[in-house]
Amino acid sequence: MDWTALFLSLRLAGWTVAILLPVSILAGRFLAFRQFRGKGVVEAIVMLPLVLPPTVFGFYMLMAFGRNSPVGAFWEATFGHQLVFTFEGLLLASVIFNISFAIQPAQRGFEAVPVEIREAAACCGMSPWRSLWSVELPLAWPGVMTAMVLTFAHTLGEFGIILMMGGSIPGETKTIAISIYDRVQAFDTAGAGIMSATLVAISLVTIAATYMLSARVGRRLS
Amino acid sequence: MALEVMARADAPIPLEASFRVEPGELLALVGHSGSGKTTLLRTIAGLWRPQTARVSVDGDVWLDTAADINLAPHRRHVGVVFQNYALFPHMTAAHNVIAAMDREAPNPRAEAERLLALVNLPGLADRKPAQLSGGQQQRVAVARALARRPQVLLLDEPFSAVDRATRERLYDEIIALRAHLKMPVVLVTHDMNEAERLADRMVVIEKGRVVREGTTAEVMTDPVALRTMGIREVAATLPAVIVEQEEDGLTRLDASAGPLFLPRVDAPVGTRLTIRIPAQDVILSRTRPEGLSALNVLPATVTLVRLGEGPGAIIQLRAGDDLLLARITRRSALALGLAPGVACFAILKAVAVAQTNVGGAG
Repeated sequence: MDWTALFLSLRLAGWTVAILLPVSILAGRFLAFRQFRGKGVVEAIVMLPLVLPPTVFGFYMLMAFGRNSPVGAFWEATFGHQLVFTFEGLLLASVIFNISFAIQPAQRGFEAVPVEIREAAACCGMSPWRSLWSVELPLAWPGVMTAMVLTFAHTLGEFGIILMMGGSIPGETKTIAISIYDRVQAFDTAGAGIMSATLVAISLVTIAATYMLSARVGRRLS
Repeated sequence: MALEVMARADAPIPLEASFRVEPGELLALVGHSGSGKTTLLRTIAGLWRPQTARVSVDGDVWLDTAADINLAPHRRHVGVVFQNYALFPHMTAAHNVIAAMDREAPNPRAEAERLLALVNLPGLADRKPAQLSGGQQQRVAVARALARRPQVLLLDEPFSAVDRATRERLYDEIIALRAHLKMPVVLVTHDMNEAERLADRMVVIEKGRVVREGTTAEVMTDPVALRTMGIREVAATLPAVIVEQEEDGLTRLDASAGPLFLPRVDAPVGTRLTIRIPAQDVILSRTRPEGLSALNVLPATVTLVRLGEGPGAIIQLRAGDDLLLARITRRSALALGLAPGVACFAILKAVAVAQTNVGGAG
């Protein structure tokens, strides 16, 4: 059992969720409530990572953030090491790749809040921030939570991008999915089996927890 | 201290209206759906901005397109009761009310309970909207609108989502509540009868324009305004009390003008009722009619004669302490020599109970 890899995966998933939570709320709310020119294009771009093969996505990430790219060069000049093949680089790729998973369900959640309810909040004297916090978020919460669960689970299992962007450096970029692949390559079926089972268990617990929280929110609403 | 509104727009609907509402006054904006009345209400609340508009309350300018002033809805001290109430579904009745209060309000819970009691909803403070009936939800919405201590109270078709019986009860409650309301109140409705029951003054809107403005009695007896709303809507309402359940299945009531007979009204003797008499169901006679099948004939005095542009006329009459409306032809009005002060008899073809205040005896 590669505990280092497991913790690295959990750390990556946790950070990805932490960064994408505010993004999903603000961007999801914006896309749900605002009408603007080019909204369809924006939504299509947000959807893109959902349909692209992760290796293709990873390839472009490598090109965009490698030491020969402006971003990669700037990073290396500032921090003294390159962005790709590090945890930070992995996190960056993970955040970008998960944008679809984070924004889409949150957007649906906010779209489910009736316009009249938001207008009522404003007419009750609530500032936009207070309305978001007291009225919109509690009502859109199932969507936002789905977004976060999907992001977490998806990051935990991601393979293609991580291989392209991070390689397989223990404690830095070697996540549980990579480790399982390594074990299989080394004919250690037992080791791969234990780690796979662990991932299954974590996924099950995550989904069960989500359902329980959703049910509680549902009870709160009825 | 009054609410002053001026709005002009070409799109999405043409709009050209201005009106003024005094403190404590209830103004009804009456018109068909799509006439622009709700748009005017939304303009006051800040939910919509016409091309040219000015809204001021107590001298505070909320919107002035000429001076580029446009306060956001949450900065306008307005209380709104929405058509479907728009209660916050995740909050209890009390929390819905508290949500609209100033955040520094002392003892919000007690204040919420006071407001819920004011709208006749005691004891249900901890229910969620989904656990309340339509009428109860409407009362929470009214309490929430008042919780902000609004400078203006706006009611957007607040009775359209409940059944008829509940609506009648809510009318009475709003009438009773008005003693506590010191601010201008604007009611949007398509129901002429509702406006007549509740409003001090009426503004009739047609295709975004004010076609008639005046006191309720003035507008209700104006053929032009009535043509907008449909003559069938027009009816006088007057109070009466049940005095006897007669053996042949009729119920005898007393109105200020005299006795009225209705088919059995299932309520005890002493019950106070409101009777509705549609204008088109009233016939006038200069002499006391005899040999008529109509049971209900009231002596009355003409107070107002409105000859329309068409063949019709509306006659307003005083019968006892109450006003009646009769819709007759212009030819009859002239033939009978009807003019203010003329005594005549009103023959009522149809009389219906509009509302029962059960237990309201005494």
